[in-house]
Amino acid sequence: MESTPARELGAGMFVLLGFAALFFLATQTTNIESYINEDGYLVTATFEDVAGLKERAPVTMAGVTIGRVEKIEFDPDGLNAVVTMRIGPKFNRIPDDSDASILTAGLLGSKYVGIGPGGSETYLAANSRIELTQSAIVLENIIGKLLFRFGTESDHATSSTDAGPSE
Amino acid sequence: MAAPEAGTIGQAGRRLGAAVRKLGAVAFFLMAMLRALPYAMRRPALVWRQVHNAGVLSLVIIMTSGFFVGMVIGLQGYDAFSRLRQEDLLGAGAALTLLKELGPVVTALLFAGRAGTALTAEIGLMRATDQLSAMEVMAVDPMGRIAVPRFLGGVISVPLLTAVFSSIGILGAYFVGVQLMGVDNGAFWSQMQEYVESEDVWEGVLKSAVFGVAASLVAVFEGYTSERTAEGVGLATTRTVVITSVLVLILDYMITAFLL
Repeated sequence: MESTPARELGAGMFVLLGFAALFFLATQTTNIESYINEDGYLVTATFEDVAGLKERAPVTMAGVTIGRVEKIEFDPDGLNAVVTMRIGPKFNRIPDDSDASILTAGLLGSKYVGIGPGGSETYLAANSRIELTQSAIVLENIIGKLLFRFGTESDHATSSTDAGPSE
Repeated sequence: MAAPEAGTIGQAGRRLGAAVRKLGAVAFFLMAMLRALPYAMRRPALVWRQVHNAGVLSLVIIMTSGFFVGMVIGLQGYDAFSRLRQEDLLGAGAALTLLKELGPVVTALLFAGRAGTALTAEIGLMRATDQLSAMEVMAVDPMGRIAVPRFLGGVISVPLLTAVFSSIGILGAYFVGVQLMGVDNGAFWSQMQEYVESEDVWEGVLKSAVFGVAASLVAVFEGYTSERTAEGVGLATTRTVVITSVLVLILDYMITAFLL
């Protein structure tokens, strides 16, 4: 097997093709630019319960992703969770009385932070805090409450229809 | 009754001893190749020729297999996801399957069959016809001249072949899922980008790099140490395929367990 120009060209093309394929995989299959941007500004919010919220979860406003959750910490003084969010530099005109709530994508989907706009004329600055927050809705708690309600209702139901015809 | 038992145990012991000795021989072989590495690095043309042999000549089988593996993932994935009413997740499922598992593993298995056997047979025949000894007589290091370029050619080729395989496979899944079965084009790609992390891509690259080293090492070692007979070369070629296949599957589990 001699090393001819044609074969060298083939080997070179092969390496290029391989790296092109790798580039395709690295850029097209993953959503790479959404979290590698280190610019933007940090905003914190305190929640009573962040159940299921993860770092890098999207921060949305009107359903559009404007940032990512940077870190989630426990505040030992207030006994609640402090969520630090990095908002993209383009979104620098968010009213400072906006509220943050932890929402769920779909019924059982992943948790994300939704920011509802306020009406203030001044905007959120870097390292400021969102005061109005609403915690995550924990599905188990709601189901528990519902079951409890159904349980008490059906007790009434069975006692009143005891004499009724059964199948 | 006791005598054949002792014989069996003795035989098993000898076999175990031989296996452990072979493991040690592989380690020494690897060290000898590392020592001969500078020789091959000064002659990149030798390495590129082997990249051509191992990589370029494997491209057709890799691309064909990748496309059909991707197509069958598209078909099976569509069937499975449609039972859950989640057809939109097909892109994510296909990409994760190909990037993390099927791409590296199937590429390594195909490489062992297409290129590994060729390496073993070539080096084994050189050994059988005393070409390697002749090189030593001429003060040419057969390790640096023959073994290392072939090893490096495989090590370079396998990750690149794996990337080609996974890419073509995703296109195959796209072709069947979106074009034939009617999954939404936007959902296919956006769900893929939603669920595939860059760590998943790197896991595939790491696996393919490890498999490339393992497959190339086995192929070159088996050829270099094959018996100097026609039968010996044939046996060494068979061993290359068997050992590489089992090794790749074992390594695959171990790497996955480490990374998850």
